[in-house]
Amino acid sequence: MSTAIKWYWFASPQTFYPLAGRIALVCAIGAALLAAAGLYVGFFVAPTDAQQGEAYRIIFIHVAAAWMSMFLYVVMAFWAAIGLAFNTRLSAMMASAIAPTGAMFTFVALWTGALWGRPTWGAYWVWDARLTSELILLFLYLGFMALQAAIDDRRRADRAGALLAIVGVVNVPIIYYSVQWWNTLHQGASVSLTRAPSMATTMLTGMLLMALAFWLYSIAAALMRVRCIIRERE
Amino acid sequence: MNWGGWSQFWAMGGNGFYVWGSYGVTVLAIALEIWLLARRARRSHEAAS
Repeated sequence: MSTAIKWYWFASPQTFYPLAGRIALVCAIGAALLAAAGLYVGFFVAPTDAQQGEAYRIIFIHVAAAWMSMFLYVVMAFWAAIGLAFNTRLSAMMASAIAPTGAMFTFVALWTGALWGRPTWGAYWVWDARLTSELILLFLYLGFMALQAAIDDRRRADRAGALLAIVGVVNVPIIYYSVQWWNTLHQGASVSLTRAPSMATTMLTGMLLMALAFWLYSIAAALMRVRCIIRERE
Repeated sequence: MNWGGWSQFWAMGGNGFYVWGSYGVTVLAIALEIWLLARRARRSHEAAS
């Protein structure tokens, strides 16, 4: 199988290094263009919300950042698990490279959520299941990074971090389903795969453009960071 | 087009603090990550050479 050979080929940090640089550049340009389009749609095309007025425009970064915070954690735990199971160097490096970007988006989701909560709920913060589990996600990212930084031996640091990442993945479905499982102040999902979205098409378009922009940004940032890690370690 | 002028745009219907506080801190967070990443890249390049 030629594809299988290719995957093993790119599992080597040295061969992946130049490829990562090229993908990162393309993704960074794509992220900038999509963010510009998303902000244009979000501020100049999407109409004022009938209930929330203009405050709802926080949605374009809040939802995209919250999606990325959960998605990046799952990808980080996946690479950590692959690294643990197959002892592949690049997998563990990928997990370490994703963590800071995931932590950044978790912080952004919490921050924008607080600033959205004040005008709509009357409070910056409530100990609601959705908000609390998202805060735990931030602590999991920070714990993963702190744990890896605290252990000098690279392989031990990778293994310890991987265990934390894998155990913590249980928190992701808790965040996602918290609005169904508990009676939360946080609203339910506005977008789901099984039914039509409960918002205007232009609002949805702006949100999806921002989500794609954050997605491409995350790929670019993680690949640039993995290149740093390869240089530092190899 | 939603806005009658720039002052209306910045006011965000009275929610300017919340909307721009969200977008501003998001831009700062991303800028900080890019700056830290660029610094790390520069240092690892210097160390490697």
